[in-house]
Amino acid sequence: MTDSLDQIFVFVKHWLLDQLANVLPPAIMPLVSSVMSLLPVLVVFPSLFALTTVFERKGLGRIQNRYGPNRVGPFGFLQFAADGIKAIIKEDVVPRAADKVVHFIAPVILVITALTVYAVLPFGRNMVAADFDAGLLFFFAVGAASELAVFMAGWSSRNKYALLGAMRAVAQMVSYEIPLILSSVAVVMITGTLSLPKIVAAQSTHAGLLPDWFVFTPWGFAGFILFLIAANAELNRSPFDLPEGESEIIAGYFIEYSGFKFALFFLAEYLSMFALSGLGITLFLGGWNAPFAALEFIPSWAWFFIKLLTMIFMFIWTRGTLPRLRQDQLMNLAWKFMIPMVLVNLVAAAVWHFTGPGITRWFTSGALVLGAYMLLGKPQFESKDIGKRTYRFAD
Amino acid sequence: MTLPFAIIAILIIAAATAAMTLRNLIHSALAVAVSFGGLALAYLYLDAQFVGLTQILVYVGAVAILIVFAVLLTRGGEAPEKSVFSASWIWGLLITMSVFATLAWSVLHSFASQREPAEKVGATVKQIGDALMTKFVLPLEVIGLLLTAALIGAVIIAMRDESPKTKMEDGRSKMDKSSVPSSILHPPSSTGGRQ
Repeated sequence: MTDSLDQIFVFVKHWLLDQLANVLPPAIMPLVSSVMSLLPVLVVFPSLFALTTVFERKGLGRIQNRYGPNRVGPFGFLQFAADGIKAIIKEDVVPRAADKVVHFIAPVILVITALTVYAVLPFGRNMVAADFDAGLLFFFAVGAASELAVFMAGWSSRNKYALLGAMRAVAQMVSYEIPLILSSVAVVMITGTLSLPKIVAAQSTHAGLLPDWFVFTPWGFAGFILFLIAANAELNRSPFDLPEGESEIIAGYFIEYSGFKFALFFLAEYLSMFALSGLGITLFLGGWNAPFAALEFIPSWAWFFIKLLTMIFMFIWTRGTLPRLRQDQLMNLAWKFMIPMVLVNLVAAAVWHFTGPGITRWFTSGALVLGAYMLLGKPQFESKDIGKRTYRFAD
Repeated sequence: MTLPFAIIAILIIAAATAAMTLRNLIHSALAVAVSFGGLALAYLYLDAQFVGLTQILVYVGAVAILIVFAVLLTRGGEAPEKSVFSASWIWGLLITMSVFATLAWSVLHSFASQREPAEKVGATVKQIGDALMTKFVLPLEVIGLLLTAALIGAVIIAMRDESPKTKMEDGRSKMDKSSVPSSILHPPSSTGGRQ
């Protein structure tokens, strides 16, 4: 029973494929199979986007001591429908000076790249659309292409604020891509594979009370925190939302977009948030594995989505709690703290791997990570000597 | 020649042609990015996953961005009024044709073209890693050293000159003493970076 519930989507797909094989020519069956693997992704995650916008507004409202949306539907939970209808029927204004073609293509590329990365994420046991050898590399490669889309959006708008926002976004994404990738490399070093299903399989055992998730190791814990920070910056979400910076550059690179194209930017941002959360879950939080053997009756895909919702909640919480960084603080954090930390973390992972099982590796690896934090992080974060704020051009 | 290869080849050539002929420099840079992506597709089609994906990660994700930034920071990015073609294009065509003919002739008659194609090996990421860490570890380290040196050199060139003489000459000397973090991007001064 538990097995059939666990594999229900896989069974349904195979049954449908068998039925279709009688009607359709065999030449197009591989195509049909791929489409059937991808359709659920195209349905589930945009729906999750719709729900998350409401949850985010409600959550931010709770944090900021107000109600949030409370007019449409019960407790305002149908707000996303109203937002969607508004986005569709709004006029699509394109500035006269804008570069029409690039202006049109940019949000499309952004959504396509945000959706493509889902191909390699394992959502459950045997539930991955494309299981290939270099899955993790695919994820980062496709993600890197979105930077160009952001730049295209900012440049084609012919707006100073948009160009500033795009410059900020690209500088930020390029800087934080390095810690993002390097924190994942520690996992690759330990598991010896770039295939995401195999990384999940490496975390499926239980050692004593805790499961063998990488977050429960010294290097994995540090890696997970660094991954979260870098992912937050990569998504341009608060506290790293300088590219949007509504109080300084109004909305950044999508200032000149309206109507449905604006909604596409939002869709792409949230889709990338889910994808990066899914990657974090896959790399550090055991993927679709249950935390305890006793809880394995809950299907694997349900575990994935429970963890995904937890991660989304954390992102919303961070956004509601932390103030925005300044541009120099942002860059200092990336280059003076994050990158040295991930490099030390790689050494810690190597020490962990070569020390062999036992208590020693906990001490050596943990001491490395903790020592690096004490040396790099604490002096930077605790120094009160930030200095008086000076204005170069405004005084 | 198979159909997928033909599609990829047409994509690459069309994008490269667009990169040469488009008037707007940013458009050209974007077309170059498309042709980088086409090359990546070609690698993926040849079953070289690692090379193909790295091509996207490095070229589309970093090199194209670099080109675009370089264009934006050096000139306005406005499209030129007159044609982008040189007046003596016919001579250029003749020279390129003759160079191409020479190269093609020598390649077709070379020893390498007579060889049997090697049997297909699927180069997995693991194999590439093993090769880099055993057989090619010295070249890898040398390249690493070279890139580090280049990085440090770039930082030194970009760093502000802190000598007192420049401070006196520079009209913004008061601001330099203030605690503006050095990571803030400074606008280029009229005297240039280093003297």
